[in-house]
Amino acid sequence: MAEKHINARGLQCPGPIVELFKVAKAADSGDIITIEVTDCGFSKDINAWCKKTGNELVHIDEIDGIIHATIKKS
Amino acid sequence: MSSKTIIMFSGDLDKAMASLIIANGAAAMGDDVTMFFTFWGLNVLRKAKKIKVKKEFMENMFGFMMPRGADKLALSKMNFGGAGTAMMKSIMKKKNVNSLPELLDSAQAMGVRMIACTMSMDVMGIKQEELIEGIELAGVATYLGEADSANLNLFI
Repeated sequence: MAEKHINARGLQCPGPIVELFKVAKAADSGDIITIEVTDCGFSKDINAWCKKTGNELVHIDEIDGIIHATIKKS
Repeated sequence: MSSKTIIMFSGDLDKAMASLIIANGAAAMGDDVTMFFTFWGLNVLRKAKKIKVKKEFMENMFGFMMPRGADKLALSKMNFGGAGTAMMKSIMKKKNVNSLPELLDSAQAMGVRMIACTMSMDVMGIKQEELIEGIELAGVATYLGEADSANLNLFI
């Protein structure tokens, strides 16, 4: 299982989910993707994205205005 | 997997940006997206460069009076002869918002299907060579066929 990281800091909507989609598409089932985002709407959006795409949101937190999310590809 | 259809009727910068953000977002959610560009919306797809094509007088006038491409569109409000649009573009750039041409590129790269309405093209005298690459030409039936299976349809 591979682990991939996306730095989406500074990207505005829909940049972070677009980047996440591209990486998730190329990833294999079970791969872990971590992403860092500064757009505060992302913390809600990532839930909707995971629900819709069937991937699992393993962890999410926010430190100093940066959202860190960990997603497991289904 | 579901699908979304968007009718891009307007040629306003703000409305085109909203449409393209939704289209990019939907593609990133894994959906099939079809955009149908008609009337003023056709201007979103024009190439920035003037392309030499044979046209009638009225068609030339239309071509001259309408914005040539995504980078030339104006805001639907607060345009103030272009000053408002320039201010908006500058602040969006500062805040790292993707420009309309970037959103178009990104949508196409993610497989968003873009269809130009052939009747509008005929009325306004816009030829295929004047549109950016990767645009399909079709009529209302093609759009309706897509809308049939879509669970979201927007007219913008």
